[in-house]
Amino acid sequence: MFDAFHLLGLLATDAVQLTAEFEDVSMAFKVLGLLVVGAPVAMFATLGIASLLRDRPLSERLIARCVQTGIITGLIASIVMLGLMLFWNDTQVPIEFGSWVHVKDYHFVFKFEFDKLSVPFVILTFILCGTIGAFANRYLHRERGFNRFFVLLSLFVVGMVTTSLAGTVETLFTGWELVGLSSALLVAFFHERPAPASNGLHVWIVYRVSDAALLLASIALHHMKGEGDFDKLLTGEWPMVGTPLEPNQAFFVGLLLLVAAMGKSAMVPFSGWLPRAMEGPTPSSAIFYGALSVHLGAFLLLRFSPIIERSPALQVLIVVVGLVTALFATFAGTVQTDIKSALSFASLSQVGLIFAEIGIGFRYIALVHIMGHGCLRTLQFLRAPTLLYDYRTMEDAIGERLPKFSGAWLSRAEEPVRTWYYRLAMERGYLDSILKNYIVYPFLGVLQKCDALEHRWTKMLAGNEPSKAPTSEASPTLEELL
Amino acid sequence: MSELHFPWLETSVLIALVGAIWVGRLRDQFVASRHSLFFNTLVLITTVGAWIDYEFINPPGRPPSEAQDFWNPLTKLMGRPIFVIDPLSAPLLSLVALLYLLVALTTLRTKIRRFSFAWTLASEAIVLATFCCEAPWLIIGLLAAGTVQPYLELRARGQNTGVYVKHMALFIAMLVIGQSFVDYEGSEGQVHSLWAIIPLLIAVFIRTGIAPFHCWMSDLFDRATFGTALLVAMPLVGAYATIRLVLPIAPDWVLRTIGWLSLISAVYAAGIALVQTDARRFFCYLYLSYSAIVLAGLEAVTPISLTGALCVWIAVSISLGGFGLTLRALEARRGRLSLQNFQGLYDHTPALAVLFMITGLASVGFPGTFGFVGTEMLVDGAVEAFPYVGVAIVVASALNGIAVVHAYFRLFTGTRHSSLVSLGIGNRERFAVVSLTALILIGGLIPQYNVSSRHRAAVRILRQRSALSSSKPVVEEEETHGHH
Repeated sequence: MFDAFHLLGLLATDAVQLTAEFEDVSMAFKVLGLLVVGAPVAMFATLGIASLLRDRPLSERLIARCVQTGIITGLIASIVMLGLMLFWNDTQVPIEFGSWVHVKDYHFVFKFEFDKLSVPFVILTFILCGTIGAFANRYLHRERGFNRFFVLLSLFVVGMVTTSLAGTVETLFTGWELVGLSSALLVAFFHERPAPASNGLHVWIVYRVSDAALLLASIALHHMKGEGDFDKLLTGEWPMVGTPLEPNQAFFVGLLLLVAAMGKSAMVPFSGWLPRAMEGPTPSSAIFYGALSVHLGAFLLLRFSPIIERSPALQVLIVVVGLVTALFATFAGTVQTDIKSALSFASLSQVGLIFAEIGIGFRYIALVHIMGHGCLRTLQFLRAPTLLYDYRTMEDAIGERLPKFSGAWLSRAEEPVRTWYYRLAMERGYLDSILKNYIVYPFLGVLQKCDALEHRWTKMLAGNEPSKAPTSEASPTLEELL
Repeated sequence: MSELHFPWLETSVLIALVGAIWVGRLRDQFVASRHSLFFNTLVLITTVGAWIDYEFINPPGRPPSEAQDFWNPLTKLMGRPIFVIDPLSAPLLSLVALLYLLVALTTLRTKIRRFSFAWTLASEAIVLATFCCEAPWLIIGLLAAGTVQPYLELRARGQNTGVYVKHMALFIAMLVIGQSFVDYEGSEGQVHSLWAIIPLLIAVFIRTGIAPFHCWMSDLFDRATFGTALLVAMPLVGAYATIRLVLPIAPDWVLRTIGWLSLISAVYAAGIALVQTDARRFFCYLYLSYSAIVLAGLEAVTPISLTGALCVWIAVSISLGGFGLTLRALEARRGRLSLQNFQGLYDHTPALAVLFMITGLASVGFPGTFGFVGTEMLVDGAVEAFPYVGVAIVVASALNGIAVVHAYFRLFTGTRHSSLVSLGIGNRERFAVVSLTALILIGGLIPQYNVSSRHRAAVRILRQRSALSSSKPVVEEEETHGHH
């Protein structure tokens, strides 16, 4: 009898200790999770509010210190989080920050998920953004938009971290949009020239198409399962996850996700924006289109890979899209005459292959590919401004010219074939022209006709009196005429 | 009916009216501007007081009910409740007062002589009274009275009033015809004939600016002062008229059929906003697109779509209000703004550029801003009510997002505009737009209060039309849940 009580007492003590330990672990995860997400948010809030309220931006040193602190805090917290996850052998840590919105039949949960997919991605984000921040601190020294660059970079970090760690579709969508906005504004960074602004708008338009597809996917998932929580949509731990969706539901949602991913990762036929995005400063090109942003579509597919694998037709479609893009990027990349465009197409060909890997079902390979490719391409982009200097140094060292690479098979082709190939590659497969001529211009044309009809109708109602309303200037600037 | 602890509603309308008379007697416009600000601030304080008081006597968790003023002198005078406050109108009154205050506050010295502060205060009194009313004929009378001030301003500016007068005459006539049929057909709580519903629908379509009845709005933006046009558009009086006049009498099938028109109008206006070459007209179509989206949400008559529509209503009023004030501030510096070429204003007014972007994106429901959750709920409800067509809201939202960024690039990028005078943002403007931006971000990051408050209003609206609606069990269930 005494032994039984003693045993019960011991068990109770163990249970209390275990609960306390569990609470400690859970609290530690929550604090670290808060730091990983909160550090970039605090960094962005500090820079953003200072820019909004002050007439003069903060000093370069203060901005650099702020970015450094935010990113290093986030990085250390995420590495410690990884360490604790490995130590406690807990490979899926959901951290819930409470219900964001809750009314009958509808709720938004603010939730982050630390798992084998999100933690490597978020660590990669912090490392690369930290590197870019340090590089840009010197590269953009005394540049007029120094403050603007770092505000947008910190917005990008917030977007990337939110997307990577999202535990619900709505949280993912939030980060996705922030990444898109910061990308478009950084493409237009040198905004005194019209070209970067036009290219920024081009990027934004493609991103909006991608965002609309993701929003529709999110709504479809809400309708099918009543909520957008990954726990309800995907069962098990990544990568060994399943989905309760039916194959036809999976195909429909997967198709929308694929469109969203294609837009974000510049897959064919949306590839036209990628070389245009090179108008931005080199550090942002490196981080967005070499390393992180361009892989975000692949990340989305990896996150929802169980839904994709529920539908073989969708898998085939993703492989086809990936391979076609890889071929297209190799083809167009061979004739690029500036280093950033060449690198962007090289990136695209790798991202195409990553898509194909995801379509086949190689989840880990795709993740490793993303990380390796992101690091290599960042290095190449950052070295790009000094490439000629590097070449000269190498040539001086070896005492002769470096060998020139040329398409051996192409040199054997007939002249008309080579010309045709060259022209097609230079025009990037006429993808932009096709989209513009067959979709954008007819759409805008119809709208302009409607607008003209409205003007006529209003004029008629006004008794055909000429308008006395002051009109805005209409003459184009000299710069535009030129 | 419960009572507030002070006659907030009547006091706020009275202050605005007294202010209009007082300011109208002042000859110096600069003095009038300062006095007007004083009255506007008082009105804001009383409306916020009414809201807090209402929330105090109707805490969340209790079935929402309406309340009237303490002492209710107007009720005693007229023999029935005239001004009441309910979950729908409680925040809207403060919103109206805030918008009027900020418009008066940001009227720059260069524009002060063209802007009538007295008439603006009178218009504020009318709009506040409209939002306090539930009686149909009173609402109709106040809506008709609200059409006078823009007309007088157009006349004073020597502008053609043809388009405005024709539309407003049709608007008032339709209201009167529709409501006459409603009265003729009988008591409340029953389905009325299309003879009553269609004229009222046409009237609210005109006021809200649903295609093809929207041309008066673009004409008004072209010809009136930006401040007046903004105030005619912004509190979304048409949506209020829909809730008070149309929802209580129209069955679900009529509303959902007509809802298609609102959805088409939302996409159409978003598309037309894309091809505008004038900043004012661009703003007008952006507004028209969102007012159509709100109306489509109201017409879907599901609890989620209605909650979403009411959330978007407030979000759009705040964000488009801020967006309009930013455009107005730019216009005060550069004159009418063209979107055909790059204006290069960023370096002069970086703060305005940031505020333009924040308020513009907030108006299209960008994540983290006030409109995000509302837009998601609205789309969710709309997809349920209008299968396949509900996605039109996503399309409209995407097009509006493109239009806003397009306008940003046109106004703020390009070769730096050279100016001999400083074009930087003034303190008053900074205060106004930063306040709205703070509201946008706080409402976006902490949306629960707004959503649950709008949900209560939605439940009440659905309860009022439960006799006509197929969603009766849903409403009862919702109320039980709310009570629980």
